[in-house]
Amino acid sequence: MTATAVRTRGAHERAARRVQWTRGVRLVVLLAFVLIFLTPVYVLLVTSFKPLTEADPSRAWALPETWTFEPWRVAWEKLAPGIWNSVLLTVPGALISAALGSMNGYVLSKWRFPGADIVFTLFLFGMFIPYQGVMIPLVQLLVNLNEITGLNGVFYGGIPGLVLAHVVYGIPICTLIFRNYYVTIPDEVIEAARVDGATMLRTYRSIMLPLSGPAFAVVIIWQFTALWNDFLFAVFLTGPQSWPTTVMLNNIAGAQTVPYSQQMAAALLASVPTMIVYVLLGRFFMRGLMAGSLKG
Amino acid sequence: MLVSPSIVAIAVFVYGMLGWNFRLAMTDKHDEVSEGSFVGLENFTGIWDQQRWSLSVNHAIVFTVVFVGGALALGWLLAFLMEKGLRGEGTLRAIYLFPMAISFVATGVVWRWLMNSGIGERAVGLNRLFEVVGLESLQWQWFRDQDWGMAAMAIPAIWQMSGYVMALFLAGFRGVPDDLREAARVDGCTEWQVYRHVVLPLLRPVTLSALIILGHISLKAFDLIVAVSGKQIITDVPAVFMWVAVFDSHDPAKGATIAAYIVIAVSIFVIPYLVWSLRKERRS
Repeated sequence: MTATAVRTRGAHERAARRVQWTRGVRLVVLLAFVLIFLTPVYVLLVTSFKPLTEADPSRAWALPETWTFEPWRVAWEKLAPGIWNSVLLTVPGALISAALGSMNGYVLSKWRFPGADIVFTLFLFGMFIPYQGVMIPLVQLLVNLNEITGLNGVFYGGIPGLVLAHVVYGIPICTLIFRNYYVTIPDEVIEAARVDGATMLRTYRSIMLPLSGPAFAVVIIWQFTALWNDFLFAVFLTGPQSWPTTVMLNNIAGAQTVPYSQQMAAALLASVPTMIVYVLLGRFFMRGLMAGSLKG
Repeated sequence: MLVSPSIVAIAVFVYGMLGWNFRLAMTDKHDEVSEGSFVGLENFTGIWDQQRWSLSVNHAIVFTVVFVGGALALGWLLAFLMEKGLRGEGTLRAIYLFPMAISFVATGVVWRWLMNSGIGERAVGLNRLFEVVGLESLQWQWFRDQDWGMAAMAIPAIWQMSGYVMALFLAGFRGVPDDLREAARVDGCTEWQVYRHVVLPLLRPVTLSALIILGHISLKAFDLIVAVSGKQIITDVPAVFMWVAVFDSHDPAKGATIAAYIVIAVSIFVIPYLVWSLRKERRS
């Protein structure tokens, strides 16, 4: 009897020790990856505060001997017009996308018309298409719009054209996020309103919208990040006057004459807005990511 | 109807423009002024005679294999290590995921420095780090390497996307009901057997999602490559080649042909997946 008890206790202790040991190993490996993941951040920060006199390759990984804000000042001067353009692009773009996504999601989840599933799937394909496949016609259309309206540099080569592109190609993902959110709201709520004689629009305004806060947060954050970080549409559709941050950053970084310290300060500056959003509202950002995987 | 403007927009801007692009790809409009007449699939076959095209296709394949494989493996490993829960898990997750919030253009700046091809005296970046720790033999040309340059190019992409794969897998792991594992343990399964026969099969849908998402991102890779190496032929891929065809060669038909090939490659991945998800949703 006692012998068995001792034996089991011994086995338990061994098992407990093993659990502790594997937990230790797991933690060490995970922390090693933290170091690897943060290495580029270290390089960006350290280099961006280095004066030109310390640009020698031998000091590549060292901390600056004298810290200077000079690269940041120069980078800000060069990047500021792009940052302003990005603000003009992302704020209306994200808001319009959210409004459209909300209406679409509402109809597709609660007022299932015949063929709603097919429409939804056709929308989803729009989420995955490589935008290269529509780029040349899109450029042509925006050029034509410039000519027809006589507004030179507004549609093609201007922020409004870029907003239009992002809003249209953002419809699928925004619709998907809202639809998946609205599916979780019980149909009875809608039914009750319908029985009371509320129209589709009224039900949307008085019942759905007040419940939509979290989905709006997810979509606005998602679109803000996507629009701020976009390079492909920007490089095809904008001109020097309307270049957003990413294009300007690429021009700064692509020039051989710009020292690394300024390039890295500019890269950090360009990332500040999305990083702030990520740190403060990461929860909503994550939900958008998961929606993108069709998992709901 | 509230959705009709969006339906019209998607019909015109997605399907209309895809069609327009395919039509353009079947013309001989090789400059910006000519009208272009129908030439069938001539552009689609002719492009294979261009060395730069076959090179860019090869590059895209190497990039895709290394990137998708690497991000899947690393993302899975991180999720596997975190699966049972740890103190500070939230912080770890936030760190692995933060690159997702930054543009490829911004991260390209630092990766171009890290993967600088200078060696010896002129080495910066990782080559310098290798020298500092006494591993000079590891120094190489990174993305400028003739054969494996595109594998190096996949490293920043893996860094950027594996946190996302981790999040997907973590959700997958957590979705496995505890009683299922417990039942298997009671039946005398070792932890490894539980993993192999209970957890792994349930992770298949997540793996498929991750594969599709990574695959389609990889086939249209553009920002990162432009940010790290510009338009150099050594790292050319179809998306960059298309950009060059439109802006430098001013050849709309060629640009449209390349774009059409990218669309076809992505569709091969995505259409079966969408059909599969739709069916699965209908069933549930």
